[in-house]
Amino acid sequence: MIQKLSNLVAIIILAVLLEQFLPWWSLMLASFAVSFLRDLKGSASFWMPFLAGALLWLVHSFILANANDYVLTNKMAVLFPLQGNAALLLLVSSCIGGLAAGFSGVFGKECRLLLDKKY
Amino acid sequence: MEIRLILINFKFCEITLLANLHTNQNLQHLHRFMNRFTFLRSLFLAALFFYLLNNPIGKLPPLGKILSPSEGFWQNEKDEVTTGALGLEGLKEPVRIHYDAQLVPHVFAQNDLDLYFAQGYITAKHRLWQMEFQTHAAAGRLSEIFGKKALEHDRMQRRKGMVFGAENTLKDMAADAETIALLDAYTQGINSYINSLDPEDYPVEYKLLNYAPEAWTPLKTSLLLMYMTDMLCGGDADLEYTNALRLFGKKRFDAWYPDFFDTLDPVVPKETSWNHISSSMPTVPNQQTPLDEIAETFEKPHPNNGSNNWAISAEKSYSGNPILANDPHLGLNLPSIWFVMQLATPKHSSYGATLPGALGVISGFNKHIAWGETNATRDVKDWYKIQFQDASKTTYRYEGNWKAARIRVEEIKIKGQASFLDSVRYTHHGPVSYDASFKGRHDKEGYAMKWVGHLGGNGQRTFLELNRGKNYENYLAALQHWVAPAQNFVFASADGDIALWVQGDFANKWKGQGKFLMDGSLAANDWKAYIPKSDNAFSKNPKRGFVSSANQYPTDQSYPYYVFNDGYESYRNRIINTFLSSKNKLDLEDFKSLQNNNFNLKASELLPTMLAEINRDALNTKELRMLELLASWNYDNGMNALAPSLWTEWWNQLYKLTWDEFEQKDVALKKPFTYQTIYLLKNKPNDTYADIVATTTVETAKDLFLISFQSAMSVFDTWDAKSSYKWSNYKGTAARHLLQGLPAFSRFDIPIGGEENSPNAVTHDHGPSWRMIVEMSSPPKALGIYPGGQSGNPGSVYYDNFIDTWAAGDYFEALFMQSTTDTKHIRSTQTLSPKS
Repeated sequence: MIQKLSNLVAIIILAVLLEQFLPWWSLMLASFAVSFLRDLKGSASFWMPFLAGALLWLVHSFILANANDYVLTNKMAVLFPLQGNAALLLLVSSCIGGLAAGFSGVFGKECRLLLDKKY
Repeated sequence: MEIRLILINFKFCEITLLANLHTNQNLQHLHRFMNRFTFLRSLFLAALFFYLLNNPIGKLPPLGKILSPSEGFWQNEKDEVTTGALGLEGLKEPVRIHYDAQLVPHVFAQNDLDLYFAQGYITAKHRLWQMEFQTHAAAGRLSEIFGKKALEHDRMQRRKGMVFGAENTLKDMAADAETIALLDAYTQGINSYINSLDPEDYPVEYKLLNYAPEAWTPLKTSLLLMYMTDMLCGGDADLEYTNALRLFGKKRFDAWYPDFFDTLDPVVPKETSWNHISSSMPTVPNQQTPLDEIAETFEKPHPNNGSNNWAISAEKSYSGNPILANDPHLGLNLPSIWFVMQLATPKHSSYGATLPGALGVISGFNKHIAWGETNATRDVKDWYKIQFQDASKTTYRYEGNWKAARIRVEEIKIKGQASFLDSVRYTHHGPVSYDASFKGRHDKEGYAMKWVGHLGGNGQRTFLELNRGKNYENYLAALQHWVAPAQNFVFASADGDIALWVQGDFANKWKGQGKFLMDGSLAANDWKAYIPKSDNAFSKNPKRGFVSSANQYPTDQSYPYYVFNDGYESYRNRIINTFLSSKNKLDLEDFKSLQNNNFNLKASELLPTMLAEINRDALNTKELRMLELLASWNYDNGMNALAPSLWTEWWNQLYKLTWDEFEQKDVALKKPFTYQTIYLLKNKPNDTYADIVATTTVETAKDLFLISFQSAMSVFDTWDAKSSYKWSNYKGTAARHLLQGLPAFSRFDIPIGGEENSPNAVTHDHGPSWRMIVEMSSPPKALGIYPGGQSGNPGSVYYDNFIDTWAAGDYFEALFMQSTTDTKHIRSTQTLSPKS
């Protein structure tokens, strides 16, 4: 459990660092790197990065949107189209972040396995 | 969905492979294989997901990019930074930018180069996407953003010679050392801002469309000026008139499209003497109009593009200070076409509406003078029929010889595809816009355009000089640089002068020249000379105590030069002049009330006839009730009134029915103007135009009134309750985002009255795009408002915060700062300093 959580925290910290100078896929990179260095067993190798990505994107976008009274978020929720439901847009966005991190996390783990020839 | 299918596929492969391997009983192999397999699967999924999120899918922008909080639209969820200190390369001395409660930047620089550098920088900060998009639209470069669906638009722009005109303008600007130096500084300022951006800082439209801003160039400023030129004087109806002449004959054409209407209240008062004009007028040559059948022409600028302006003398003013007003009527778009600024150096200081992309204040004031523009609406675009020697279209017939055409190859880049190359022929008239490859029919024929928009000129200098102008002489000198689009420049000065010049380059035409398509092979049809600018119509300190213009005729028939009606407005001008004449003294409240005046003069001139003539016996009770509603109407298009909706629907249907002979396929036509239509319906009710072509009976105006009324009133059956068709609902005014009216970034159902021919000329998509009132006190007091907001960012509250104030007919008080230390009403300050 502790390793799972520490993986999650590590992904978030690394992603926040990388996104200062890398595009949106800094999250995928962070998730890949952490999962490569500290691989998790079973489905956790997907879900922990997923949670990390989803949490990071949710909290970060919530902070930005909330600070500006959702002026743009409300409009983007019309554009996408999500009936102008800003909460739904936050959720969708968070899931996208989660999936991106999840898939690259699994890939990171698999790379590690391939190198270790564990099986 | 796709992803799930792929996953299932993988599962299936896995099972079959497992089965095969099991038969081999080789578990070691199996493990190694599985290891590789799950590795490959994870690689595939990660790569696939990356691809899907990093690229646009269908109409969706790249989802990873746009939804990422560190790079996506969330980064636009904020106001622009208006505080702090920045070091910028290119500045000579520090510039202070004070922002007031309206987010109007007050730029205080130490010299002109820094001033226009800062104007560029600050404008880009608030309006970058719009600045670039408008110049892309002008240049015919939208295919680079939208792909092939914009190709037709881009070809049209190229074939109009938009880039050709912009290049000519730039040549003339470059020939003037001061203009080009300031333009270079402005360009540098914009680029300084662009270069400071990381992708997450790009305006949200770039993120949605997945492209990046490019460097600004002086040519882009030229293109922006061409964008305005095209908007304001890019329209004409020569080819449509040619079709009408061919179809209906000269007699009917002249009755439907007279050179002058019977009522006239021109820009320059009727009693003006033209004795000072001594130029000889060209004689009408012996020539034949080529009566071609023309199927299709360019899309025209919005027919309501126009404006109001007026100024009253010191004697007519409540305070003894001249007062000036201006409200340009343009498409209601977001971000708004205007951006309000104060631009100050120790030598001069001006305030008013700027155009993102051009230098200086366009409609505004300084402490000495105020100025504003309305469109002068004149036929400044003519068409020549070109006969090429052969299908290669390299030479064309001119005065019995073959003259070489220049070929300009327009490369239109298309997103995701190979470029489209369009070879446009240029004759001595101008570009052959229509030929076999574009809307034309014949291999060896084409139509060449002659347009003042191609002449170039240094109109930018006009504004630079007005911004620092001190008196009438400076104003007059500034106007000498103006070529196109022809404008009615209104003027008022603190020392008591008011004036209005109808300014621009106008060809001195023979009577009838350029009303129809002309034979391009005859020198007699060429534009020979321009009207000397000193002979342009103007009015200075007239006896009546005011000057005004609202896109009507510049003069009456006594003006010696050839002028004919090519779309002059016939109602607003009369309402304005009547109002201004009705009182001895006028104050700011009068000005506000006039700018927001919703009187429907047009309806008042026809509705009584319609009500008197309509056959009431044919109407049912409900229709009679609606007729009564109309009969009791005071002709005010207030937003809550019902009658304006009934009238408008009735009038629109009547107009369509009256000109049913124009509903023809594959023939470009322009229906007669409203004023003349009403004149005919009232004065020639039994004339042939009134007959409905599709029926065997012969209809008169009286019949048209009834048929159109019944059909119009039935439209309201589908409106639920009576209150639902109140005028503002029926009209449905909206300010639409420049990006094809993107609903999420647009404002709909704006509660406002007015109609196209009332001074408050608000229609569903068009209206007063900037309202300004300036009293030339010391210092001047000014009011302003526009239907938008200072920020171009849909994520800012300043994106559309003026709209409600504008709709309510209110204004903000312009904060005209007298010095950089006068910061009482300032919210924040940003300092731009030279980079050390």
